[in-house]
Amino acid sequence: MLDTNLKHIETADILTKIISENENVMVICGRMGPMCIPVYGIAEELEEDYKHVKFCDMEFDSFEANIIRNLPEVQGFMGIPFTIYYKNGKVVKATSSIQTKSQVIIILDKYFGEPNKN
Amino acid sequence: MDANNYYDAIIIGAGPAGLTAGIYLSRAHIKTLIINEGTIGGQMIFTHEIANYPGLESVSGYQLANTMKKQAKMFGCNIKSNVSIKDVNLNDELKKVVLSDGNIYNSKTIIIASGGRPRSLNAIGEALFKGKGISYCATCDGDFFTNKDIIVVGGGNSALEEAISLTKYVNKITILHQFNHFQAFQHAINEVKNHPKINFMMGSTINEFIGNEKLEKVRVTNLKTGESNYLKIDGVFIFIGYIPNTEFLKGKIDLNEFGEIIVGPGMNTNIKGVYAAGDSIVKLFRQITTAVGDGTIAALSASDYLHKQNAKQ
Repeated sequence: MLDTNLKHIETADILTKIISENENVMVICGRMGPMCIPVYGIAEELEEDYKHVKFCDMEFDSFEANIIRNLPEVQGFMGIPFTIYYKNGKVVKATSSIQTKSQVIIILDKYFGEPNKN
Repeated sequence: MDANNYYDAIIIGAGPAGLTAGIYLSRAHIKTLIINEGTIGGQMIFTHEIANYPGLESVSGYQLANTMKKQAKMFGCNIKSNVSIKDVNLNDELKKVVLSDGNIYNSKTIIIASGGRPRSLNAIGEALFKGKGISYCATCDGDFFTNKDIIVVGGGNSALEEAISLTKYVNKITILHQFNHFQAFQHAINEVKNHPKINFMMGSTINEFIGNEKLEKVRVTNLKTGESNYLKIDGVFIFIGYIPNTEFLKGKIDLNEFGEIIVGPGMNTNIKGVYAAGDSIVKLFRQITTAVGDGTIAALSASDYLHKQNAKQ
C-alpha cells in the first residue's frame, strides 16, 4: 500500500465502484518515488478545498492497476505517476509524470469546477 | 498588519535545512512559519535510500522528510507548502513575504532555505515530451524503456550512476555531454567506459525533441563544429545538475555569479536579520547532513538576532 494520506484503491473492482459512485474522481497511479510523491502531496493539500472531488491513489506495480495501465489514454505514457481524472465514470483527462500544483488546479477547475469557497 | 499573518520568524523552503531551522526555532517557542513552493522535503525526497545519515542505518528520503515535518509541527511550527512566492521585502526591520494568492506574511527575521532544482536543457519540445520519452528519474521510469535505445544527458556523478542503473533495462545507452570530459568520480567514469551497452557522444547538446504521441527523435548539435544531426531515439534521461532557487532574490540580496546566496559563518547574509541555509547558499558539499547543519546554525543565529531585537525594545 502506498504511504500517503489519500484513499487507497487496492483492486480494479473498488476503482470501478468509486468512479460509479462519485461524479469527480482523481486517481494517482504511482510508486513512492520522486516523481510521484509531489503529486500525492498536492492531492492531499487540495482535498480540503475540492470537497466535490474524490482523491485516490493506486499502486502502479499492482496487477490490479492494469485497469489504469491498459487505458487507451495512457498508451503513450512513459513516466509515472499516471494521473487519471474521471467524470461520471469516464476518463476526461490523463497526465504522465510529475505535475505542479497549478497544473493540477487547472485540470480540476476545467473538468470538475472550482471549489466552493463559502 | 494582520496579527494572524505575523510570525517571529519565516523560513522559506521546507527541505532539510528549512525543516531543521523550523524544529529549532519552534522548540525555542519562537512563532515560526515555513513557506514552501514545492513538496515538503525538497531534493531529499528524490533519494531512494539514505544510508549515511548518522543515527539511521537506512531510511528513504521521503520517510526522513516526513519525520522532520512531524517534528517541526509537533513543536508548533506552521507550514504552508505548494504555494507561490510573488515578492519579498527583506530590507525593512519588519520583513514581508507576498504570496501569489494575495496573502502577505510578516516577520522580524527570515531564513532562506529555498534549495535547488534539477536543471533542464530548455530545448524545444522538452516540456511536451516530459513523461512521454523524457525522464529525470531512472528508478521511476527505467522499466518503460526495457530493450529500448536511450540517451543519458550529463557528465557528473548523477548522470553516470543513473546510466549504469539504466543498463539493466535498456538495449543501448548513449551518454551525451556538452564537454569533452566528465566531471564525475574516476570509478564512475571507468564503470561507464567499460560497460558494453554504453557509448558516448561528447561535446554535443540536444536542441530539439521531436515526436507525435511520444518522443521519436532528437536534434543533436556538435558544439565544436555547429553541425546538427537527427537521431532516432526512444527516450532521453536528463541529469545535468542543479540550480539554486534564488531567482526571486535577484537584486534583493548578495548572490554569486551562479545565483547562490553569499553567507557568513553564522549563515548571515548581507541583510540584517536575514539568514540562509542549505543548497541555495555558496558551499562546497551539498548533502542532507550539511543542510541540517546549515539550518541549525541559521536558526540559532536568527534566534540570537530576535533576542537582541526584543531586548532593544
